[in-house]
Amino acid sequence: MEDPGKFRKNVRQVFKLMYLMFFGFMLIAGFLVYLMVDPSLSVFNKNDPNNYESIQKHDEVDFDKIENGVHVRTGLVEGDGLMLVVNNCTSCHSAKLVTQNRMSKEQWSATIRWMQETQNLWDLGKNEEPIVTYLATYYAPEKEGRRQNLQNIEWYDLKE
Amino acid sequence: MQRRKFIKKSTLTSLSTLLGTEIVFGKILPSGYDLLGLQDPDPFKLFHKDSQMVVLNDKPWNIEAQAHLLDNRITPNKYMFIRNNGIIPSDISVDDWTLTFDGESVSQKKTYTLEELKSKFKHHTYQLTLECGGNGRSEFNPPAKGNQWTVGAVSCAEWTGIRLRDILEDVGIEDNAVYIGYHAMDTHLSGDPNKEPISRGIPIAKALQDETLLAFKMNGEDIPLAHGYPLRLIAGGWPASASGKWLQGISVRNKVHDGAKMTGTAYRVPCEPVAPGEKVADEDMCIIESMPVKSLITYPKSGATINEGKSLKIRGHAWAGELSVSKVEYSIDFGSTWKNCSLEKPANRLAWQHFKADVRFPKKGYYEVWARATDSQGVSQPMVLPGWNPKGYLNNACHRIAVKVS
Repeated sequence: MEDPGKFRKNVRQVFKLMYLMFFGFMLIAGFLVYLMVDPSLSVFNKNDPNNYESIQKHDEVDFDKIENGVHVRTGLVEGDGLMLVVNNCTSCHSAKLVTQNRMSKEQWSATIRWMQETQNLWDLGKNEEPIVTYLATYYAPEKEGRRQNLQNIEWYDLKE
Repeated sequence: MQRRKFIKKSTLTSLSTLLGTEIVFGKILPSGYDLLGLQDPDPFKLFHKDSQMVVLNDKPWNIEAQAHLLDNRITPNKYMFIRNNGIIPSDISVDDWTLTFDGESVSQKKTYTLEELKSKFKHHTYQLTLECGGNGRSEFNPPAKGNQWTVGAVSCAEWTGIRLRDILEDVGIEDNAVYIGYHAMDTHLSGDPNKEPISRGIPIAKALQDETLLAFKMNGEDIPLAHGYPLRLIAGGWPASASGKWLQGISVRNKVHDGAKMTGTAYRVPCEPVAPGEKVADEDMCIIESMPVKSLITYPKSGATINEGKSLKIRGHAWAGELSVSKVEYSIDFGSTWKNCSLEKPANRLAWQHFKADVRFPKKGYYEVWARATDSQGVSQPMVLPGWNPKGYLNNACHRIAVKVS
């Protein structure tokens, strides 16, 4: 106790030990976190080139593939606002509920309002405008009259 | 490369989240393989439906028949349309199934087990017509939103169960009872456990009819899952949404039931006729009760080609909600002239009636055979679309098939 220099030295040693322990723990923690992400440590395993290509393709290309102007996964028409519609309109119900309907801008807006009031649809914020525009552009009503001609008749020979 | 590996791992993690469970052995999944639990289920196998049935919606499931598939006198499951508002319940335990009666107008709250219902009350079997209120919606102009049904959202199966009247007598209802509302096990599309996807009902007078059943059998077998297993309310002749599936509760109300899809514009039409496209306030919309008179040519399938000089045998069914059908006619000249079909009496009240005719054509060419039914009060089907309404209900316009004589 009578030597303040020795006391200071001891304190410095304790601090050094604490620093070491802290960085040690950080290293271990970092390694454990990495292990959670990549349990097989495959990054250190150079000869494993087979698995990821197709999954990556599936994830980034196939999942939102557009073919002949149609978003394959949902059947929605390609156009401005498509992905907003996919992400906001198909998590509760099927995209078929959109694609089989034809409405004006006003009617699509009213439908969104109805879903917000009664069906737990969230606030669409600044996305609402492009969503409604997309819907009213690609799923707009056609003039039909009071009764249409029979359509898509498949002719066949009737045998009795 | 590191990034891709990370993507691979995080894809697995999100797949696990989708499935709601850990994917054991997920690491060794062959590349490009879709997990069975994520593959699109085949609705035809899933619900034992004929492959010619038409899927209108897969979340929730809505599937309709085509006219020629409905040729059977009693509709078998494979040709019966599916209309769902929510998610079909998956973990049904029949042994624990109960039905609870409550509401302002029951003498006392009372719960029955399924076994009690079956053993305590007399069984009755009726053939009952169930038609979706929106059947035919696809033809309305301006278009109405919702599932775009054509003609196939109708069925007439044989339902076996107990009379709702018998059990209401056992429960005891007060004089001020006005309506019953059903509660069921299906869940809301949004996943919100506090929301009922649909909870409709019928006025007491309809509830007390002989033919209003709590059914546990369809066509002599357990009701198929998609049609309400193990217990379904059946109110024939009314919009099929009044016939609640997966029935767990009935509230006897002292006012018009105000459950989901009873209020607002759901299953309602303008109280007074409106012009096509006109806006209608909620308070001017009235609940649909009995369905209107309608008919369907179920044989032959549209598109038949026959040889000149041969006659064409047509047949089908006609129904009229709470009423019976008094006449069915056909026309081959777009309604200029009509001839009578022969018409059978219904198997029981609220069952559809079968009609048939032998049709002759004057010369070669393209024809349409139109059918028109008239109900017991003299009201016929219109040839054009009936009164436009915002939600596209009650289209009972004449059905027609195309025929070519060559």
